[in-house]
Amino acid sequence: MQIPAPFDYVRASSVDNALALLDRHGAESRVVAGGHSLLPMMKLRLARPDWLIDINDLFELDYLLVDKDVLRIGAMTRHTTLLESDDVKRLFPIITDAERVIADPIVRNRGTIGGSLCQADPAEDLSTVCHVLEAVAVVRGPAGERMLSMADFHRGPYETAVAQNELLIEVRIPIRSDSSSAYEKVERRVGDWAVAAAGASVSLDSAGAISQVAVGLTAVGLDRNVTEVEAVLVGQAPTEELFTEAGRLASLACDPLADQRGPIDYKRHLADELTRRVLRAACRRAAASVSEITI
Amino acid sequence: MTILEDRPSNPAAGDHDRPVGHGRMQRKEDPRFVRGKGHYVDDIVLPGMLHGAILRAPVAHARLVSIDTTEALAHPKVLAVITGSDLQALGLAWAPTLSMDVQAVLVTDKVRFQGQEVAFVVAEDRYAARDALELIQVEYDVLPPVVDARKAMDPGAPVIRDDLEGRTNNHIFDWEAGNKAETDAVFASADVVVTQEIVYPRVHPAPMETCGAVADFDPIDGRLTLYETTQAPHAHRTLFAMVSGIPEHKIRVVSPDIGGGFGNKVGIYPGYILAVVGSIVTGKPVKWVEDRSENLMSTSFARDYIMQGEIAATKDGKILGLRTNVLADHGAFNATAQPTKYPAGFFHIFTGSYDLAAAHCTVTGVYTNKAPGGVAYACSFRVTEAVYLVERMVDILARKLEMDPAELRLKNFIKPEQFPYPNKTGWEYDSGDYEPTMRLSMKMAGYDELRREQKEKRERGELMGIGISFFTETVGAGPRKDMDILGLGMADGAELRIHPTGKAVVRISVQSQGQGHETTFAQIVAEEIGIPPEDIDVVHGDTDQTPFGLGTYGSRSTPVSGAAVALVARKVREKARFIAAAMLETRPEDLEWEKGRWFVKGDPSVGKTIAEIAMGAHGTVALPEGIDGNLDAEVTYDPPNLTFPFGAYICVVDVDPGTGHVKVRRFIAVDDCGTRINPMIIEGQIHGGLTDGVGMALMEFIEFDAEGNCLGGSFMDYLIPTAMEVPDWETGFTVTPSPHHPIGAKGVGESATVGSPPAVVNAVVDALAPFGVVHMDMPCTPARVWEAMQGRTRPPV
Ligand SMILES: Cc1cc2nc3c(=O)[nH]c(=O)nc-3n(C[C@H](O)[C@H](O)[C@H](O)COP(=O)(O)OP(=O)(O)OC[C@H]3O[C@@H](n4cnc5c(N)ncnc54)[C@H](O)[C@@H]3O)c2cc1C
Repeated sequence: MQIPAPFDYVRASSVDNALALLDRHGAESRVVAGGHSLLPMMKLRLARPDWLIDINDLFELDYLLVDKDVLRIGAMTRHTTLLESDDVKRLFPIITDAERVIADPIVRNRGTIGGSLCQADPAEDLSTVCHVLEAVAVVRGPAGERMLSMADFHRGPYETAVAQNELLIEVRIPIRSDSSSAYEKVERRVGDWAVAAAGASVSLDSAGAISQVAVGLTAVGLDRNVTEVEAVLVGQAPTEELFTEAGRLASLACDPLADQRGPIDYKRHLADELTRRVLRAACRRAAASVSEITI
Repeated sequence: MTILEDRPSNPAAGDHDRPVGHGRMQRKEDPRFVRGKGHYVDDIVLPGMLHGAILRAPVAHARLVSIDTTEALAHPKVLAVITGSDLQALGLAWAPTLSMDVQAVLVTDKVRFQGQEVAFVVAEDRYAARDALELIQVEYDVLPPVVDARKAMDPGAPVIRDDLEGRTNNHIFDWEAGNKAETDAVFASADVVVTQEIVYPRVHPAPMETCGAVADFDPIDGRLTLYETTQAPHAHRTLFAMVSGIPEHKIRVVSPDIGGGFGNKVGIYPGYILAVVGSIVTGKPVKWVEDRSENLMSTSFARDYIMQGEIAATKDGKILGLRTNVLADHGAFNATAQPTKYPAGFFHIFTGSYDLAAAHCTVTGVYTNKAPGGVAYACSFRVTEAVYLVERMVDILARKLEMDPAELRLKNFIKPEQFPYPNKTGWEYDSGDYEPTMRLSMKMAGYDELRREQKEKRERGELMGIGISFFTETVGAGPRKDMDILGLGMADGAELRIHPTGKAVVRISVQSQGQGHETTFAQIVAEEIGIPPEDIDVVHGDTDQTPFGLGTYGSRSTPVSGAAVALVARKVREKARFIAAAMLETRPEDLEWEKGRWFVKGDPSVGKTIAEIAMGAHGTVALPEGIDGNLDAEVTYDPPNLTFPFGAYICVVDVDPGTGHVKVRRFIAVDDCGTRINPMIIEGQIHGGLTDGVGMALMEFIEFDAEGNCLGGSFMDYLIPTAMEVPDWETGFTVTPSPHHPIGAKGVGESATVGSPPAVVNAVVDALAPFGVVHMDMPCTPARVWEAMQGRTRPPV
């Protein structure tokens, strides 16, 4: 049994109560959501909060709802809920693709989207997904609510704009018509963190050309979308040649490190290979949804 | 050894529906396990029990400058902090290993691997014990480590074992088997010779339950009760008596339910000794249970063999000879658990299943700044490395000769009429009939169809691979004339008592870690004396309650203890005959046995069941001369030879050409372990071993960085397979009984771990043939496979 350093524990009863507790217990207090990132770090004594504020009773943050042209996801929504949602699958198959390869059922039953984004692990999949989908993070603190783009929210590995006394409340994803998306990951084993992964979202215009595109990469040292591909792809009909070029740009844009999961050139190769695959899949899916609508 | 009755072994074994005795039945131990009611070391709670925790070295090689325990001792819940110098004063700082070396219990002079034991804290609870570790101040003077075994013997390499007198290098042993001159001659005359460096990287058994102990020393009567995660309780008791000075009759070792061993729980770890010292020092019971990282970083690893393989053949595919030079990384202490005479275990069975003209191997063991161990992970004393070497070499030869690997194997198998077969390195294979087993696996796989599919796929640029492995194991150590561990012969005892009502208890000296002993051994007795397995209690794991024997590892329980149990049951059956004769007022020779009952020849209606005889024995029947009033017996079994199970495995993989990701699509395993006692338990053993094999082939690896930091210290870094990485296993069997085992059974616990890694790797290499790949070392992770596709295969160490 791995044993964490001593800490105190309290259960929050509401968002306001959680914020008050964070304020009261100060710098060394942390909220715990699913606990699947925080508790392993505590057991290894890499994280040593004095206070754990448990937000698992905040059922008001556990929801998925389509609100006009936005999908609103409460911060306490579990991975499993995202994986099993038909709305999510229809609107954003990239989320379903990603959730299918996030850890295992035990982790997915507890782990939350809020915890995932706030942890901001470089190999964490939902950050890439949210970047690609141009999600907005709703953060609440003593001074009220702020809305942050992913670029503002996500500051780098293990770093976000959420202050110690704030909570991530909700993630909002804009719904676009004639669009689709995809995610693919290479891992050494199911439940292992990504060697590398890529996500893409595309919109097609009435002529079948790409009107909007975003490509993101996971675990290869890039905390932003591969914006380089936009100029190449937008306005063009999707072809293998274009995907190949996009893959090349992605492999140049990333900045991976060598580790037990693989050497740098392999990871760059995966950035290329997976970018091509997700663009291909996203365009295929988008084209299918366009034809569905016209029928 | 006397076999009371020579019966033909049972050709019907493997038959599923036999009510009493051998056959498929659910495991007697499972009701408690599936209900979560198993009772493991960590479940033991004794009154007043304290908790220990070990401070471990953060670096691989360093001189210990100072330890300051003042602050830890000041912790309100800490009762004792024990350091190496405390142990030195008691003469307990060093303990003998199972390979005649010594290992530091706590560091006195120098840290020799990362994770080595530095100090032991005893506290009121495990939280306080763990917290107090952070209050111990240790100063280290860091030294350059020896990480790469290839550099261990370089002149000028740091000398790790300067504790051993006169040591000037990191050499442990040189060992050889076979005939060098004959082998060289065969190679010189061969048409074809292929050579390949083959690395079996360091892996770890990673049992679900980590190691631990509860030590309870009673200062009044000087009695030590030690609850331990051990695969060999009797051997541990004797060794504890020898080391600690506590007399053996005052020591009781109890091995309760064990959550997996795989050889990880054979040796005596410093933690066990420290729990005992902690209990002696405080006068209270002390529990120590290691955490996952401690288990992975400090307890017995497996493999770590760098093998230079060479195989010689004629151009039409007759294999002539095999030779290899091995560099073995044994870590900082030579703590390998193996029979004394065999520093490389049973590696010299590396001639495999083939009839060769000559073979020769040398093995050199070296010290490095890594955790000690070596023989573990269901390896059958390094048959794993041997089988991997020969099965890879045969595949490489097949490629060179442009022959189908199945055909090459079929052509070179030892023929059935050659058994008992003396191989070129000193083994005598007891029995075998390889071709039908190989053919059955090919039939189950649809081998020709698979090759056709592969051809079509290759034309489309898809990467599909088919890998074969045909292994011969050597298990059931072992004959006392050849084998001992630290002077203890490798025999096992069994005691059987039939209670007056015909229920029975059998006490055995081997210890289950999940193998199903409580069922299998009851079935062996049931088969012999004809009472239902449900009526037979199997007692194991407690030295106060069981006869002496060397324990469970190396697939030895059924070959050794299983034989003891069959023989003790036959002894009881024979005694029952005399008692039955007295009861029936006839002569013993006029009685005939049918399962469960002695009856009068020619008049089957007149007879006595075992239950009636047991009541008679304990009752008032006038017993014949020399027969005492019970139905009990005991036996100690010294096996005349090892047993040689074998099997044919075929693995089918698909490799993603864009990512290098390997998917094991199918795995066909045909095993021959002789007589099959409980086919369901055998299949369970095979399923587990195959999963291990896929894990080793694809992902498992204890890696170190240049500073000697262990990079495999958690399950985030040391990957073990899940249900998602393995296919539905397709198992089959043939039955070639062991001629010398009382019931013809051979061991099977490690067959699949031994036999499966080469099948997977052969399949991966076969898939990569279009890239010109002839070999790649494990683990076949996506990155390493992709590198192989780029022509950049590299050894893992
Ligand atoms: C074995 C294993 C494998 C995994 N594999 C993957 C994988 O392949 N891909 C992947 O993406 N993830 C993976 N994960 C991580 C998993 O997705 C986690 O659940 C997730 O990263 C964290 O979510 P959580 O709810 O458990 O957060 P917690 O661990 O509870 O919290 C993580 C951090 O976020 C903070 N936090 C949580 N919620 C909020 C909030 N609402 N507002 C502000 N701060 C908050 C916490 O204080 C903490 O610092 C894996 C985890 C495990 C254990």
